[in-house]
Amino acid sequence: MTQVERHTYDVVVIGAGGAGLRAAIEARQRGLRTAVVCKSLFGKAHTVMAEGGVAASMGNVNSNDNWQVHFRDTMRGGKFLNNWRMAELHAREAPDRVWELETYGALFDRTKDGRISQRNFGGHEYPRLAHVGDRTGLELIRTLQQKIVSLQQEDHKETGDYEAKIKVFQECTVTDLLKDGDRIAGAFGYWRESGRFILFEAPAVVLATGGIGKSFKVTSNSWEYTGDGHALALRAGATLINMEFIQFHPTGMVWPPSVKGILVTEGVRGDGGVLRNSDGKRFMFDYIPEVFKDKYADNEEEADRWYTDPDNNRRTPDLLPRDEVARAINSEVKAGRGSPHGGVFLDISSRMPAEEIRRRLPSMHHQFKELADVDITAEPMEVGPTCHYVMGGVEVDPDTAAAKVPGLFAAGEVAGGMHGSNRLGGNSLSDLLVFGRRAGMGAADYVDSLAERPAVAQSDVDAAAEKAVRPFDPQGDGVEENPYTLHSELQQSMNDLVGIIRKADEIRQALEKIEEIKSRVPNIAVEGHRQFNPGWHLAIDLYNMILVSECVAKAALLREESRGGHTRDDHPSMNATWRNKLLVCSTDGTDVSVVEQPQIPMRQELFELFEIGELEKYYTDEELAAHPGRNA
Amino acid sequence: MGYKAQFRVWRGDDESGELRDYVIEVNEGEVVLDIIHRLQATQAPDLAVRWNCKAGKCGSCSAEINGKPRLMCMTRMSTFTEDEVITVTPMRTFPVVRDLVTDVSFNYTKAREVQSFTPPPDLKPGEYRMQQVDVERSQEFRKCIECFLCQNTCHVIRDHEENKEAFSGPRFLMRVAELEMHPLDTADRRDAAQDEHGLGYCNITKCCTEVCPEHIKITDNALIPMKERVAGRRYDPVVWLGNKLFRRSSKKS
Ligand SMILES: Cc1cc2nc3c(=O)[nH]c(=O)nc-3n(C[C@H](O)[C@H](O)[C@H](O)COP(=O)(O)OP(=O)(O)OC[C@H]3O[C@@H](n4cnc5c(N)ncnc54)[C@H](O)[C@@H]3O)c2cc1C
Ligand code: SF4
Ligand code: SF4
Ligand code: FES
Repeated sequence: MTQVERHTYDVVVIGAGGAGLRAAIEARQRGLRTAVVCKSLFGKAHTVMAEGGVAASMGNVNSNDNWQVHFRDTMRGGKFLNNWRMAELHAREAPDRVWELETYGALFDRTKDGRISQRNFGGHEYPRLAHVGDRTGLELIRTLQQKIVSLQQEDHKETGDYEAKIKVFQECTVTDLLKDGDRIAGAFGYWRESGRFILFEAPAVVLATGGIGKSFKVTSNSWEYTGDGHALALRAGATLINMEFIQFHPTGMVWPPSVKGILVTEGVRGDGGVLRNSDGKRFMFDYIPEVFKDKYADNEEEADRWYTDPDNNRRTPDLLPRDEVARAINSEVKAGRGSPHGGVFLDISSRMPAEEIRRRLPSMHHQFKELADVDITAEPMEVGPTCHYVMGGVEVDPDTAAAKVPGLFAAGEVAGGMHGSNRLGGNSLSDLLVFGRRAGMGAADYVDSLAERPAVAQSDVDAAAEKAVRPFDPQGDGVEENPYTLHSELQQSMNDLVGIIRKADEIRQALEKIEEIKSRVPNIAVEGHRQFNPGWHLAIDLYNMILVSECVAKAALLREESRGGHTRDDHPSMNATWRNKLLVCSTDGTDVSVVEQPQIPMRQELFELFEIGELEKYYTDEELAAHPGRNA
Repeated sequence: MGYKAQFRVWRGDDESGELRDYVIEVNEGEVVLDIIHRLQATQAPDLAVRWNCKAGKCGSCSAEINGKPRLMCMTRMSTFTEDEVITVTPMRTFPVVRDLVTDVSFNYTKAREVQSFTPPPDLKPGEYRMQQVDVERSQEFRKCIECFLCQNTCHVIRDHEENKEAFSGPRFLMRVAELEMHPLDTADRRDAAQDEHGLGYCNITKCCTEVCPEHIKITDNALIPMKERVAGRRYDPVVWLGNKLFRRSSKKS
């Protein structure tokens, strides 16, 4: 029998980013004993890196804003493939979630009349992003962290124990979900520090593990983003949707090589920065797609007027949705009009005084100064696309965040549907708050409704433990493999073959590579012992990255059109017959299978929020028959 | 462009350890953390190190480089000469877990002891009104990425384990100041700063400010003003009297 440390909770939240912490707060406020588990230290999750802001239609800067406008922008940004119910809940509830943060102690930047200031961002019709300079994610995570502390202080007052109702298990990695029949019964993992095993017995698990970017070579994501939650859900029998849609952020750093991929916030463009090619030309005017022609300025004069007079001018195409901008940059570089290190120029220095740049974009100023020796108040930045965000994730019920497996919930980047084929900037932080809370409620309702608690089987615990230590004693009969080498081969292949521009034969090559890597996995061997051993940790994460990469590649091969974060060179246009089709991934344990599933049609009153003229660009004639514009 | 650098990295756990020498490739534009990662990938796969963002935003990769407390991801190799030996050791003030990873739980314990934000009870979400100039003071302190380099540096606890009980360190004294200066916080935190968090131990040497990667003026903007507020409260007879009266009347009701 395996030696494991055992804990019993009502709800186990895996992940301590915005989504996980908000879920934990909700579950604890509903009176449930809640554990939060995370791979890094408390307060270091990926959310800390978000820069630009959190989108919520509070209307503080432009009072024309409201949830309907936000909803429309979100659907447009996602090219109408979004789960419309999620997009609706998100747009309706985001303002309350942001205001709530102020009651926890958050200090957003202010408008003149003392309310929360809001900034412009790509794809958002009005200034909508609540922000704190360019460190909004830090504010969000610290605020939620401090709210958890305040709840712990309440519990301490009552019971003498800070951790009576909510405890954070930091630097602890979950490797398997355990079930009792078809229901969730717990989670198994290890302490990173000691390598000792830990078991959580709990009827409800909330996945809030973030994204998958570490499967790609050039990425803005940290080591944590190995798709653990995606893989845990799959292996537990849940389904993933939209895995072909990956957001390549248009502006990552391109030089020096060691920081390639690190993000340059869209806030630079939101605040007036413009993209130029090697001729100094603002090339984005050449890349405005047909569907966006009436929203974006086609000349520099109008674009520049828009910053101060948005009611009478169309916005600058520098702020087109991210997929459009990323593709445009890609084309400019391919055409030989790129910058010296293979990107394009992002110019803010010629657009506003140095003092103002330092005030508005302090961390960008700092980042370029320290990492690239570039003073952004005096010279342009060099930028290029970087793998940033996965739209795909666990298929969930919009209202409760419940996955297909009873007792399993998912929120934040690990959940799929909300953003359709492309996420708008700022819509993730708000997503975390809205659906983090809903997942906490969903889990609480589920636990309350249970007649008896599920039980964990010892044999499942033993199997999970055996799998975890396998890299110390490889079972394969080939040459020993180094996990770092396998990882970098996977990253290179995904980057080159299933990256920003895709082709059927290249995706097939990537799938062959994945099969080859899979066959080498049993030979992975790690040195040393179980205490804080990064080689061993990577070996375990690699199982997840491979599984998730297979989902991405298989779905990408099937979708024969280009939409949002999925661009097929061999099928370059959007195809209305693909709009309402979701690709659903599941696994039998070794291989991934992908099937088509129709999307539920949008509720009529939401459908009518759009003009028929706009919908015609996305929908089939058949689907539009019920629209009043068509009937008229 | 590329060259071979000499690194000495501390390897070991809470019981024993040693500085181990490595010769390792360095390329243009790299930072110390890149080199540590290359060591992991090529020569020392079990070398323990914390990191997340690689962009100075998460405060995970704190260590001492040639004796100076720094973030590894923000320390460029170009700041050293090619023949310099670069020594990387864990933060000294906290117990070592393994290699460059230390046990920073002291900081989480101290964080939990600071009374949380206490808004006016009748103020509803969405009704908060604050001017930018008034939030800016606390916003500066909220730039803190909790790298704990200031905690590591402050001499009150660096070589004085015995002071850890009574002293919260610059990071959390600054947290008290942040809440004290929050325009809508209703709690009076001056006594706690002195009595529970040990503000009196700080003799304003500014060593904490010097190492802060966020360039927060911890001493000038948080600690000294906090000391002034405490002094004002303790010695100002009017405040003292008002306090007495307030306490008495609140007892009655
Ligand atoms: C540089 C950058 C800038 C961004 N800027 C913005 C922005 O301005 N606005 C916006 O809306 N969005 C932005 N985003 C996107 C947004 O930050 C992320 O999508 C979001 O923070 C994800 O939050 P999350 O709660 O889902 O997960 P995260 O914050 O990533 O947290 C994941 C958590 O899960 C834990 N975890 C993962 N696997 C395991 C496991 N196996 N066991 C235990 N724990 C595990 C991790 O340790 C971590 O605590 C940005 C992203 C990046 C990279
Ligand atoms: S100023 Fe105070 S807190 Fe900062 S290092 Fe000196 S004694 Fe410590
Ligand atoms: S105040 Fe500065 S040095 Fe101290 S923990 Fe915060 S960021 Fe680090
Ligand atoms: S890795 Fe985040 S601060 Fe260095």
